[in-house]
Amino acid sequence: MKVDPKIINHVLMPKHEKLSDRQKQEILKTYNITEGQLPKIKIKDAGLMGLDVKRGDVIRITRKTRTAGTSYFYRVVTDV
Amino acid sequence: MADDYTAIHVHKKVQSITFQSFSPKMIKKIAVAKVVTPELYDKEGYPVDGGLMDIRLGVIDPGLNCKTCGSRLKECQGHFGYIELARPVIHINFVAHILAALRTTCRECGRLLLKQAKINKLLEELKQTEKEDGLDAKRAKIKAIITSARNTTSCPHCKTRQQKITLEKPTTFLENEKRVNPIEIRSRLEKIPDEDISLIGLESEFIRPEWMILTVMLIPPVTMRPSITLETGERSEDDLTHKLGDIVRINQRLFENINAGAPEIIVEDLWDLLQYHVTTFFDNAVAQLPPARHRSGQPLKTISERLKSKEGRIRHNLAGKRTNFSSRTVISPDPRIGMNEVGVPKIVAQKITIPETVTKWNMDYIKEFIERGAENYPGSNYIIRPDGKRKRITDETKEQLLEELQPGYVVERHLMDGDVAIFNRQPSLHKMSMMCHRVKVLPGRTFRINPAVCHPYNADFDGDEMNLHVPQTEEARAEAEILMEVQTQIISPRYGLSVIGCIQDAISGNYVLTKFIDLPRKEAAELLYSAGIDDFSKLGTKKILNGREIFSSILPEDLDFEGKAKDGTPVVIKKGKLVEGVIDDNAFGSEKALLFRRIHKKYGKDFTLKLMEQVSLLGIETLLKYGLSSGLSDIDMPKEATEKIEETLTKAKQATEDLIKQFRDGELEILPGRSMEETLELKIMEVLNKARNETGNIAQEYAKVSATTIMARSGARGGPLNMAQMAACVGQQAMRGKRIGKGYKGRTLSCFKEKDLSAEARGFVENSFKKGLTPAEFFFGSITGRDSLMDTALRTPKSGYLYRRLANAMQDLKVEYDGTIRDSAKKVVQFKYGEDGIDVSRSENGTINIKQIIQDVVEG
Ligand SMILES: [Mg+2]
Ligand SMILES: [Zn+2]
Ligand SMILES: [Zn+2]
Repeated sequence: MKVDPKIINHVLMPKHEKLSDRQKQEILKTYNITEGQLPKIKIKDAGLMGLDVKRGDVIRITRKTRTAGTSYFYRVVTDV
Repeated sequence: MADDYTAIHVHKKVQSITFQSFSPKMIKKIAVAKVVTPELYDKEGYPVDGGLMDIRLGVIDPGLNCKTCGSRLKECQGHFGYIELARPVIHINFVAHILAALRTTCRECGRLLLKQAKINKLLEELKQTEKEDGLDAKRAKIKAIITSARNTTSCPHCKTRQQKITLEKPTTFLENEKRVNPIEIRSRLEKIPDEDISLIGLESEFIRPEWMILTVMLIPPVTMRPSITLETGERSEDDLTHKLGDIVRINQRLFENINAGAPEIIVEDLWDLLQYHVTTFFDNAVAQLPPARHRSGQPLKTISERLKSKEGRIRHNLAGKRTNFSSRTVISPDPRIGMNEVGVPKIVAQKITIPETVTKWNMDYIKEFIERGAENYPGSNYIIRPDGKRKRITDETKEQLLEELQPGYVVERHLMDGDVAIFNRQPSLHKMSMMCHRVKVLPGRTFRINPAVCHPYNADFDGDEMNLHVPQTEEARAEAEILMEVQTQIISPRYGLSVIGCIQDAISGNYVLTKFIDLPRKEAAELLYSAGIDDFSKLGTKKILNGREIFSSILPEDLDFEGKAKDGTPVVIKKGKLVEGVIDDNAFGSEKALLFRRIHKKYGKDFTLKLMEQVSLLGIETLLKYGLSSGLSDIDMPKEATEKIEETLTKAKQATEDLIKQFRDGELEILPGRSMEETLELKIMEVLNKARNETGNIAQEYAKVSATTIMARSGARGGPLNMAQMAACVGQQAMRGKRIGKGYKGRTLSCFKEKDLSAEARGFVENSFKKGLTPAEFFFGSITGRDSLMDTALRTPKSGYLYRRLANAMQDLKVEYDGTIRDSAKKVVQFKYGEDGIDVSRSENGTINIKQIIQDVVEG
């Protein structure tokens, strides 16, 4: 599928970014969790378009909330 | 051990349960009698030996002794009997298994239709699957084995060609369209070896396939099917006994015919009849069979019907447990009882009790309860001896019980003021649907609640009923008090504001007080006193006091608050004095009361509750003294206003006509994504709604101060819409979100022309309720009424189920100590609770007012 810039640039689409391996380890350490305990995201997810991700990568999603300004959410990429 | 609730002695522990089928041998072994005759009683009315009511099967008559175990009624649980069937019959509940067994095994040698090597391999695999993946996986595997075996056409063991076996429902098996009788089926099933059975899901230890064809039948004990004696002295037998009678009778006839060497056709017919009776004995709702009926025509309730459905043994008797020490009646309001109280009728209080343990210190106190007995309130109903024996307190036993009473005894005394009780209204959708209240015993037959707690229960008094539960142990009472008492539930964890708040009179009363009333000091004190306030120190020495000053005397002295009233005007409280603004819905109502939130935060739950009660009473007392009566003249409009309203409506109607003309001429500008008709409808709706709102505004503008406007403006009841409908214009009536169009062909009513799209022909009500509706308008109004009634009736169960699924999906999520939300497997669901980490129940409307916190810290 070709990247449709319109979808990821849509105002309602929160920012998705890939974390480096070091960042990933930090996240797992801060929350004291294993990769399997992270929420998942499908590799085919529209949010990952043009991000060059593979299975096991951790994605940081930045959302805007009414009460807290910005908040971060982490998901691990799965292929099924 | 009545005195020691905590001691639980475990003698034996259930490790596993096996369900299995009876073999003919086992049936004969557990049966105590062989039933041979369909007769029930002899001429003297005594049960016949070898009949269905044989006294060896248990006793149902008082005075008789069981012939098997010797015990009397209620002690003997009954014993099974059996009948020998003249010809085997199929057990309806095993038909599917029989079919599977026949199809997967050889008709000659009885072996499973798979190669020996495969059988050995599968046996091993099944064991493995059960151990590793559990029973569900094993069942799936067995299903696959059955399909593969039944598709084999010739036996791998003896090379016999297999025939196609079909089932003609309910109980006839056909092989190549030819009937196979149960005797033949049974002999085939007998041939299947034990190992092969386990591959089609049966374990020979517990069930053999031939047991699924009945040769002997178990007769349930009479205690399971007791007869009842009617007033006429006639005996009426249970449905099961009737059915068993049929079976025994036909069985006898079949025996006789076979022995007499009757023609095969007659024997076959009787055999089929026996099959029918045995089938309906187990299940009288088999799709292909006519249900067996009483002479009256009502179907018999046999085994399956006893167990099945909501009224069956499982869901009604086993899963549907009922609670003791609970009560349910209609609720009614009482603004004079506390918000954490519940008014309990005396008759309920005398029935529901609290166990009170006797000690040497309360002995005399408790004796008084026994002396008063069950009839006089507050008395007591039962005494429980330390050995657990319960004794009812009556006039006869009273003296003796008083005598024997000593520490360690428990007395069940009547419910009294101040006892804790849990009060509940269904549907219990949130935790505030069950709150702990203090009992207040009152005359009458209804539960009384303070109107302020209607909101959390979502209760009103149009006939609502509520449940009361009285905790029986000290632990339960402590839990209820600490976790569930009304004051602990004031702030909702959903939005961080109060769910409990003043309603109706309490709101409009305070509005009237703080907006209109000036009183001499003496009268002000009187008013406060009638609302239960006896501290007048804050009233000051002024001769004439205004409402705000009177109201201020219930506020704490160090309270500061700045907020907005419902109409947007500021409300200022400085040092516990209301210096500006009015008190309305926004200050003390539920769901938006910021002033309340503030007080709760600063002074705590108990103070808030007390204050809420006082505010509520003050409002009610104000109205009691100064009145708030509404009438038709409340919504009188000056001529100028009426003219303006008429003009607006005429203009709107003209605009509608113009739109319709444009539509007819095809000149209407179409909205994107809509058809011409849809565009017209949308535009007309827009014009008419705008017109109605405008007339509403006109009505508001010209309305004089009256009870109706006071109620609307204070937020006590009604709003601009109700005002507009009464004074100016009722507006467009809608069905399914559209203008009314149904009825006759192309028109709504016969008094309109076909294809008339004008406002008045499609449900626009231009009159006000006060002016009166035309017949057509009235009819349109009824359409809306019916439509909304239907809508609620259809939506409630849908949204209820939606909520249930949501609640069940989220019930195990919890906030961990690191602030993350995790499920039971410790998988992260949210990295921060609600994405902001705020505990809503400690917030103000979902946010934290940092400015206020700083100010509080700086000042004090
Ligand atoms: Mg109701
Ligand atoms: Zn017995
Ligand atoms: Zn064979």
